Amino acid sequence: MTVVTHSTRPRRAAYVPSADLVKDVLAGRAIAIARMISRAEEGYPEAAAALAELYRHGGKAHVIGITGVPGAGKSTLVSALIKAYAAEGRKVGVIAVDPSSPYSGGAILGDRVRMSETAAAGGAFVRSMATRGHLGGLTRATLQAVDVLDAAGYDPVIIETVGVGQDEVEVVTAAHTVVVLSAPGLGDDIQAIKAGILEIADIHAVSKCDKPEAAATVSALRGMLALGGERPGSRRAPPVLPVSAVSGERIGELKDAIGAHWAHLNESGERVERQRAMGRTRILGTARHLFQQKFQEAPETLERQIRAVAERRMDPAVAARALLGWEETP
Amino acid sequence: MRDANLAGESLSTGPAEAPDTIRVLVAKLGLDGHDRGAKVVARILRDAGMEVVYTGLYKTPKDVVQAAIQEDVDVIGVSLLSGSHVPLFRELGRCLREEGAGHILVVAGGVIPEQDYPALLEGGVDAIVPQEARSDLIVTTITDLVTARGRI
Ligand code: B12
Ligand SMILES: Nc1nc2c(ncn2[C@@H]2O[C@H](COP(=O)(O)OP(=O)(O)O)[C@@H](O)[C@H]2O)c(=O)[nH]1
Ligand SMILES: [Mg+2]
Repeated sequence: MTVVTHSTRPRRAAYVPSADLVKDVLAGRAIAIARMISRAEEGYPEAAAALAELYRHGGKAHVIGITGVPGAGKSTLVSALIKAYAAEGRKVGVIAVDPSSPYSGGAILGDRVRMSETAAAGGAFVRSMATRGHLGGLTRATLQAVDVLDAAGYDPVIIETVGVGQDEVEVVTAAHTVVVLSAPGLGDDIQAIKAGILEIADIHAVSKCDKPEAAATVSALRGMLALGGERPGSRRAPPVLPVSAVSGERIGELKDAIGAHWAHLNESGERVERQRAMGRTRILGTARHLFQQKFQEAPETLERQIRAVAERRMDPAVAARALLGWEETP
Repeated sequence: MRDANLAGESLSTGPAEAPDTIRVLVAKLGLDGHDRGAKVVARILRDAGMEVVYTGLYKTPKDVVQAAIQEDVDVIGVSLLSGSHVPLFRELGRCLREEGAGHILVVAGGVIPEQDYPALLEGGVDAIVPQEARSDLIVTTITDLVTARGRI
């Protein structure tokens, strides 16, 4: 028979109240920071007050979103940026989001593989997160995780998300500076157009410029942007920068472009607008999530409405309004 | 399931209760290029609903402990087929204690001869899974350990 051999000293650990973690988060202690992020992710009501306090301490970090199709080179680029910022003495926080399996709810989070060396050397804090497939929940949890890293003194804080899926795009758009990364040789010229994320870029980067095909992707992108493609509300045309995270080529230029965008936001007053947009996204995302939760708290009611709609005794719009308590259930 | 948990109704923090989502770091330590088993284990755990962070090859115990702390995992699952398990697990245990991360459980798998079990357990390993273990045994080993440790 196959048996597992166990230690005779079973481990126990106590639940540390979130209120007690706040001080350690502010002091930059990794265990407390990591735990606080988990509690944000799990949505423990017990953590709400602590997260609110951390939110008040935040607002200092430059939040950078990096998005692009899987395989574009996002994680490798983040790794190169960690190194570039570390050379200036800046400690980078990273939230790397990967999809959860729709079947099991589990996930394999592999972004860290590409970042581990620079993260260790550069004093970065890298946290992998799964999308967990809940409406609005990803936005809420990811941006609360950013708050925690911000309060702990990490600056900049980088969010890596795959540029597909409404929630993933919503999260990255809540950053101060959005970098859309396209890769040469991934099948079609401009992946950003296909994914519908051309307009969310403050900066376009083209990865793998150590490869000869990169030049074609850069010119295709420039040509496309000449026809318009600025971010709505932005008063600045997005630059197109080829980079190689592998050779390190032009990573400094990208870092400078990110810095220049931050300076532009601060000088032009656009930062205030961005902050407002961020607030809007967060409130609406959380509200959407709360609705979802409310429905799940009364599964029988929802089940009754579903049956009625399926049997065409009620129409979906009336059922939805009834769920929200805006209309009498007939 | 997960959304019901997010509704907060499940925060009855009894000591013998697993977290809503179990997080595991699947790690390879030292100069060991055998990564098939680690990848199989990662998939088994994902299919059981766990979130698995994979570290990649050739990591030092110190790197692995730092990653485990930042990722706030419940368990470090180490796959070792190189024969260097005794010193590597001892060092892993030492780093965990040094960093104050004694709440993180350690599960060992791969090619580990039985005569080395006492040395690993002494070094802080919580469970050793034999090579022929089937996926359900791998899953229950981790779930049971985390449940016994309780929510953190
Ligand atoms: C395939 C293989 C290779 C492949 C590896 C390919 C790869 N990318 O993984 C190649 C050809 C590259 C290779 C190379 C070598 N190998 Co080799 N290799 C094997 C072999 C035949 C099978 C391993 C395997 O992949 N099994 C399939 C996977 C799915 O099974 P698994 O790893 O055991 O994992 C399962 C369980 O153990 C468990 N598990 C594993 N890890 C964990 C972790 C946790 C937390 C849990 C819960 C469970 C768990 O779950 C898994 C799924 O069921 C073994 C022989 C054997 N019997 O294991 C030798 C073996 C591991 N290799 C051996 C040796 C010596 C070498 C070389 C040094 C040979 C050489 N002189 O060049 C090199 C070293 C390479 C390096 N850089 O490290 C020895 C190791 C001896 C030792 N430990 O004392 C073995 C045991 C062969 C032998 N009998 O001598 N090898
Ligand atoms: N040649 C080259 N390959 C790269 C570069 N950046 C990333 N890659 C490779 O592209 C693949 C995907 O990279 P990854 O960072 O995981 O992409 P992500 O899915 O967007 O996070 C990996 O095999 C990388 O090694 C680069 O600058 N040059
Ligand atoms: Mg990635």
